[in-house]
Amino acid sequence: MRRYLWLVASMAVAQPAWSVTVDEAIAHYNPHGTLALNPKHGDELWHQKNTGEDGKERDCMTCHGQDLTKPGKHVKTGKVIDPLAPSANKERFTDLEKIEKWFTRNCKWTYGRECTDQEKVDLLKYLSAL
Amino acid sequence: MKKSRAVFLSLTVVAGAILPVHADSFFTDARSLERKKEVAPVASETYRKGCGECHFLYQPGLLPEQSWRKLLDAKALEDHFGENAELSDNNRLAILDFLVANSADKSNYKRSKKIMASLKPGEAPLRIIEVPYIKRKHNEIPEDLIKKNDKVKSLSYCDKCHQQADKNNFDDDTVNIPGHGNWTW
Repeated sequence: MRRYLWLVASMAVAQPAWSVTVDEAIAHYNPHGTLALNPKHGDELWHQKNTGEDGKERDCMTCHGQDLTKPGKHVKTGKVIDPLAPSANKERFTDLEKIEKWFTRNCKWTYGRECTDQEKVDLLKYLSAL
Repeated sequence: MKKSRAVFLSLTVVAGAILPVHADSFFTDARSLERKKEVAPVASETYRKGCGECHFLYQPGLLPEQSWRKLLDAKALEDHFGENAELSDNNRLAILDFLVANSADKSNYKRSKKIMASLKPGEAPLRIIEVPYIKRKHNEIPEDLIKKNDKVKSLSYCDKCHQQADKNNFDDDTVNIPGHGNWTW
C-alpha cells in the first residue's frame, strides 16, 4: 500500500491535473473509436494551401514555420510560437483545453471553417510523431 | 452595560487590527496610499491562459466595464482586431467576470481613476490607446520611435517600452524604448 502511495504522490508532482497524453487527446475526439487514424491525411491538411480573407495564400506553416522543431512566428503580430513538435517541446498536446482552443481558432483562420473530428485526430496523429 | 460595551469596543478594535483584510478595504487604503498609484495588481490564471498566449495581459483597470463587455462578446472575439480569438463559453465568461469585477470604473487606483475621468459618460473604447488619458500620455512620442520602430511597431504592445508593465507599473521612469533608450519628459 505504501508503495502505491509513493507512486501516486510522484505522479501528482510530475504532472499537472489537466495533463493528458496524445492518445487521450485523440480519444477525446474519437470517444467510440469509430474513426480510423490517418496521419497521412493529417500531413496533407498541414500542407494544404488556402486563400485567406486578405487574398493571400496561407497554410499552417505561415505561422508555425517549416521546421516544427523550431519556434514559429505569427505572420501578423510577430509573436514567437513555441515549437509544435513534441520532440522539441514536451508540453505540446498535453492540455486538452489548449488543443481545442487552437483547433477552433486556427482551423477557421487557415481553412475558413472548423475542423471535423476526423481532421483533428489525423492532425494530432501526424503532428505528435514529429 | 457599560462594561459589556467596553468589551465590545475593544474587541472591534483588536479585530480591525489583526484580521486579514481585503486589499481594497478601508484599513489597507488608510495605511498604504502608495499602493494606489498605478493600476490594481490582480491576476487570473484563466485570463492568463486564455489571452496571455497571444498578447500582453492588459490590466482590467485599464478599461471600463462596458469596454470589456464589448471585447469579450462571443461574436466579437471571432474577429478580435483581425484575429480569431474564440474562447470556450466557460472560459470566456470566467474571464469576463474577472475583467468586469476589476474594471477601471470600479477601481480607486490612480491610473484607473484618470482613465475614467478622461472618458465621456458611457464612452467605452475598444482600444486602451483610444482612452483620452492614455492617448494624451503618448502623443508627444514621435512616430519614428513607435510605428517606424521595428522593435515596437505599435503602442498596443505596452510591455515593449514599459519595462515593468507586467508588474502593474507604468511610471515613466520605467520606460525604455527599444533602440532608443529611456524616455523622459
